[in-house]
Amino acid sequence: MDIFLQQLINGLVLGSVYALVALGYTMVYGIMELINFAHGEVTMVGAMVALAVIGAIVASGVGMPVLLVMVCGLAAAVLVCAALGFTIERIAYRPLRNAPRLAPLITAIGISIILQNLAMLIWGRQYITFPPILEIERYNIGGATITSIQILIVLLSAAIMVGLLLLINRTQMGRAMRATAQNRRVAGLMGVNINSVISMTFVLGSILAAVAGVMVCAYYGMAHYYMGFMLGLKAFTAAVLGGIGNVGGAVLGGLLLGVIESLGAGYIGPLTGGFMGSHYQDVFAFMVLILVLVLRPSGLLGERVAERP
Amino acid sequence: MYNLVQRFTDDRRAAWVAFAAVGILLAVLPFLAEAGLGRSWVRILDFALLYILLALGLNIVVGYAGLLDLGYIGFYAIGAYVYALLSSPHFGLHLPLWVVLPLGAVIAAFFGALLGAPTLRLRGDYLAIVTLGFGEIIRIFLNNLDTPVNITNGPQGINMIDPITVAGIQLSQTHTVAGIQLSSTYSYYYLFLVLTLLLIFISIRLQDSRIGRAWVAIREDEVAAAAMGINTRNVKLLAFAMGAAFAGLSGGLFAGFQGFVSPESFNLMESIMVLCMIVLGGMGNIAGVILGALILTILPEALRYLGPLQELLFGRVLADPTDLRMLIFGIALVLIMLYRPAGLLPSRRRARELQPEGDAVQQEQESLHDARR
Repeated sequence: MDIFLQQLINGLVLGSVYALVALGYTMVYGIMELINFAHGEVTMVGAMVALAVIGAIVASGVGMPVLLVMVCGLAAAVLVCAALGFTIERIAYRPLRNAPRLAPLITAIGISIILQNLAMLIWGRQYITFPPILEIERYNIGGATITSIQILIVLLSAAIMVGLLLLINRTQMGRAMRATAQNRRVAGLMGVNINSVISMTFVLGSILAAVAGVMVCAYYGMAHYYMGFMLGLKAFTAAVLGGIGNVGGAVLGGLLLGVIESLGAGYIGPLTGGFMGSHYQDVFAFMVLILVLVLRPSGLLGERVAERP
Repeated sequence: MYNLVQRFTDDRRAAWVAFAAVGILLAVLPFLAEAGLGRSWVRILDFALLYILLALGLNIVVGYAGLLDLGYIGFYAIGAYVYALLSSPHFGLHLPLWVVLPLGAVIAAFFGALLGAPTLRLRGDYLAIVTLGFGEIIRIFLNNLDTPVNITNGPQGINMIDPITVAGIQLSQTHTVAGIQLSSTYSYYYLFLVLTLLLIFISIRLQDSRIGRAWVAIREDEVAAAAMGINTRNVKLLAFAMGAAFAGLSGGLFAGFQGFVSPESFNLMESIMVLCMIVLGGMGNIAGVILGALILTILPEALRYLGPLQELLFGRVLADPTDLRMLIFGIALVLIMLYRPAGLLPSRRRARELQPEGDAVQQEQESLHDARR
């Protein structure tokens, strides 16, 4: 039982991070019907920037409280990523808004290659470790342990998600976003400034990605220029699992994917009699994805859409 | 053949002259490459041909039928591993080429249909992510099927794969033909060239066939295509299987050429690369696809000269060229797409679709190829 609980906790933590990144994918998709392949890389940049700032503060020997150091790192990451998201949309997507659908996909891939290699030029090829400033407390629940940082990650992402839902459902900005998602042209006729809504969506998504990036590097204690790729892939999977374009779906998909992965990794060995080890974790995630999509082609919470309008 | 020629021009003699010129150019190309750029470029040409084969296959799935496939490299992997397993000391099997190559293509086609069957109902981006997952699953299995029974030899991959032997001629050895020494990269070049020409021919014929027109119809509007009596299920499955067969064939060639396969050669980035080739060149247009494949194979290699170039310009190497190379590659990708959103050589039909102006056209364009809702 304690294995189950432990994997469930790990899965929820991982899932919270996936959900944050998945929200960025799904928001952009909801509005522009575009897979923002560079989103994972934005997460990576967030992690790298935060690490660089935190590392610099620690190295300078200024005796700041740990919380303040973390906040500085996070703030820097959020600022850089917000600017990055804005720029990416301007450069790579806006000029192609009426182009064939695959064209922005290719620029997205190009941007992600650029970001990866820029990060490699700036921060090098090696893993960058998180300075040991966090004091991690361990708590025991029913035979499983949960660390303070895990609690923090889950709580923070829950708070962010609630905030985002409020923003989308309760504010003028959110209404503009929903209108744009439904029909860009009509929303424009109703006085919504489409360009600024789209920019805002990218900025919001990038901020979420920055937070997720900081969480990942604090949780695993390291960052790498290539980390955005797999993280982005998983988060995109999560977004599709929940029904892409659906904000609640992204959260559900993220959490579900995290839990499935952890449980799969924990149980696949005993289940298959040692034939498959925990390195099949990723297979598990994709298998579930394929199954869900075959049974429910528009994702768990995706609207069932008619064949054609 | 005559039809093909006539397509280019009505003047038959001029067409034959042009054909002959292209033929001679292709025949001497490796010699020119070696003389002008160095020995390694013959090998790069070989890889360029392999990528053209791959891109032609993906063009059937994405370009003709409009099914976005991000796991395409999985079929390439299947072809390569079929060759590697059946024709290497790993299992002690050494089946001949004319067994393993077609077998690889057939097995890949089978997997293509297998992937296609459950995903027929999916559209657009959902299809993309499922195919992507499928490609990753294949790679992960190849990576891990070394325990408890060693089938794929895991991350180490399989080496000492038998080189390709055609009609008793081992392509891995140096041969002398008419006084000219041909090293193995040359022999492979000619083999790949012949196969590429064959597949180009097949692609052209497919495009104009009943099936090819059915694919295009499905791409444009699936419901209308079904209403016109096209069996969309079978035709889509056929696109998957056909594309996969092309990939399986090139995978087998890759294994024999390289003599070594490992799961790392078949990651998602490769799928994305092949997709970039066809989108960048111009989807659905064979000349465009070939151009895209050539550019994306040659560009990263050409960018290796950045080091010497920097020395020439600044007197020293400012930034490591291997680090800069992919960066510039990414920038080039973005720039080409920004200035030629339909690809470098868009197919004629698509070029027409992309004529701007007029809401009607734009709406038509929006409902095109996407399967949005």
